[in-house]
Amino acid sequence: MTPLAAMAEPGAARGKTDAPVRIACRDLNFHYGASRALKDITLDFYDRQVTALIGPSGCGKSTLLRCFNRIYSLYPEQRATGEIILDGRNILSPSVDVNELRSRVGMVFQKPTPFPMSIYDNVAFGLRLYERLPRSELDGRVEAALRRAALWDEVKDKLKEPGTGLSGGQQQRLCIARAIAQRPEVILLDEPTSALDPISTGKIEELIDELRAEFTIVIVTHSMQQAARISQYTAFMYLGELVEFGPTSRIFMNPREKRTHDYVTGRFG
Amino acid sequence: MAAVPAHLSACEAVPWRRVRRQRRVADRLMRVLCVAFTAVGVFALGWILAMLAWEGVHALSPRIFTEATPGPGSEGGGLANAIVGSLVLTFLGIAIATPIGVMAGTYLAEYGKASRLATTIRFVNDALLSAPSILIGLFVYTVMVQPMGSYSGWAGAVALAIIATPVIVRTTEDMLRLVPSTLREAGAALGAPPAIVIRSITWRAARAGMVTGIVLALARIAGETAPLLFTALNNSSWFNANLLGGVSNLPVTIFQFALSPYPNWQQLAWAGALLITVAILALSVSARLLLRRRTTR
Amino acid sequence: MPDHIVSAFDADLGGLRRGIAEMGGIAEKMLADATAALLRDDAPLAHAVIAADPRLDALQRKVEELGILTIARRQPLAADLREVVSAFRIAGDLERAGDLAKNTAKRVLAMTGHMHPKRVMGGVQHMSDLALGQLKDVLDAYAGHDAAAAVAVWKRDGAIDALNNSLFRELLTYMMEDPRSISFCTHLLFCAKNLERIGDHATNIAETVYYLATGEALAGERPKDDRSSFAVVEPPAGQAP
Repeated sequence: MTPLAAMAEPGAARGKTDAPVRIACRDLNFHYGASRALKDITLDFYDRQVTALIGPSGCGKSTLLRCFNRIYSLYPEQRATGEIILDGRNILSPSVDVNELRSRVGMVFQKPTPFPMSIYDNVAFGLRLYERLPRSELDGRVEAALRRAALWDEVKDKLKEPGTGLSGGQQQRLCIARAIAQRPEVILLDEPTSALDPISTGKIEELIDELRAEFTIVIVTHSMQQAARISQYTAFMYLGELVEFGPTSRIFMNPREKRTHDYVTGRFG
Repeated sequence: MAAVPAHLSACEAVPWRRVRRQRRVADRLMRVLCVAFTAVGVFALGWILAMLAWEGVHALSPRIFTEATPGPGSEGGGLANAIVGSLVLTFLGIAIATPIGVMAGTYLAEYGKASRLATTIRFVNDALLSAPSILIGLFVYTVMVQPMGSYSGWAGAVALAIIATPVIVRTTEDMLRLVPSTLREAGAALGAPPAIVIRSITWRAARAGMVTGIVLALARIAGETAPLLFTALNNSSWFNANLLGGVSNLPVTIFQFALSPYPNWQQLAWAGALLITVAILALSVSARLLLRRRTTR
Repeated sequence: MPDHIVSAFDADLGGLRRGIAEMGGIAEKMLADATAALLRDDAPLAHAVIAADPRLDALQRKVEELGILTIARRQPLAADLREVVSAFRIAGDLERAGDLAKNTAKRVLAMTGHMHPKRVMGGVQHMSDLALGQLKDVLDAYAGHDAAAAVAVWKRDGAIDALNNSLFRELLTYMMEDPRSISFCTHLLFCAKNLERIGDHATNIAETVYYLATGEALAGERPKDDRSSFAVVEPPAGQAP
């Protein structure tokens, strides 16, 4: 498919008119203690597409992202109500085991978070949690994940060295390798390049575009240019509400809502 | 001609020396005062250390490490039994305090957080941290020495452990709190339950700091005298392997020998004091090195 | 629309709009003068038209440079991006319209001294007025981001085309009747074609203005009525060699 055709028909990136829905959000509300951070969010995320969440600071985009793996439940005063359907189950329901959920939904954070252990152990960490793999297979999975994250060539000779010794961009790719080693279905990226230089950012963006072939990706970003570059769909949020959702080309070229337009053109007051 | 360009000279010149003289004088005065008082403190400390080093080095000899403490009135003698006793008591104390302190600190930082129970524990722990050590000696005397009917090394070790525990609790909690919460989130995001996140991520990340805390606690109890007076007491010869009866140790030995009329006992007290000081200094320095390695990594 | 948080962004876009307005003014004047020179056989005026063209070209380069700088500096999106892209396109159309007016002026110099048939000249005058009106209206639509006005211009282009067709037939007839007029009439044919092309550029600009204002392309077939490509005129009977 030519880039031109893909631009005109973003949903058709893999020869289909519209990708199936992978995550369906229904009337999602979120509370930090007494304050309401998300207001009745209803939104679909398409399979093997990159969806970008944009909006000014405090609009709830990171909060929304943190609902998809229930990472917020680490903090007792935070709670979400409503429905998030992933593979036919409401993942907000108490009957869903959070740890199993998190093995299906990988997450990469704003600042690189290499664990204080070797590069190899970093990637193997998630694998050892849920699978008992023989050494040779573990080696293979670690290598495959590092290759997939475009890091293998840079670290293959120093797998036993600490992950904290890598550069910022490498650390972030290590974290992506760690997330994809578990073979999740969804990858959540919370401003993954905001702490990186432009070259490292470019590598990560290239990687995200490649990973789209296998994973459903949701990315929170402050850079509208980044959202325009790497996503197929974009959701604009403001003050905890979903203002507009649509194909990225439309959101950035011809948004329907005035608030979206004012935000993407830098007119927010 | 090097005239000032018109656009530069056109703006109104800001006068120099706007800082008033008065303020500069106040500034200097403050600085002089600070330096002076620091000098007083350092001088006192230096005096103590110099005197200790002078007297202690003179008293040092190989027999200190080979012979047991001498009886009253007898010549010569060393500190061998007291040194071994001190080592045994201190490490026994730390061995008891470490698991309790680390687990309690972990509870406070990872599980309890701001809960009522955790807040209470934190408050009590801080109180214990500053409790007079003689009180702890008396407490152990009441609950262990009296019922058992004898002074013992065990009681001494327990008393030392009670002093070390709050130090370890405090440093463990502080060090774990320094670990960024994103690291815990990253672990949890991979589907690791809290126990695994703590064991293989948070503890690892805070390891150097936690070990430093334990070393500092070790340094703290190595020189404690008061709690041992009521518990391990002393023993002028080698102690029993079961640690029952008195166990000789450096602090109490120094205390008793320094008060004695015998010159050779006084000499030994100086030597013992120097040994303890050097040991504590070594522990503190190694704790600092550990911390530095952690921050530069 | 509220101002940008970065006010220099507004200044950049304002610069683009002013550049286009200035170009539009020059192109309009060139077209009016070229037609006037043609009708009055006024060589000095024709020279003035030719002399005005480099200024239009320079302005186009200035608008393009500013547009490129704006993209590089501000990474415009949505309406802002359309503003910049539209400036590029409209500047191109205006520059071409200027070239066509200049071409007409050059032909005026080549035609001096020839007889100007009144009826044909009336047609040219009418075509020129229509083209000038289109240009003026579409520039007003641009200044006001007025999609409706742009659509109106777009729909009116058929009239110029129809006029061009009839002029074409008429000139062919003249040439057949009087072979001495062939040289003059051919020049005039091109002048008419130039006016028709200027009308087309005005419709292009109308499409751009519509896109600028709505973010969508003007849908549907453009009302095209230029049949001169298919026009055939039989020689009058009895004139066969």
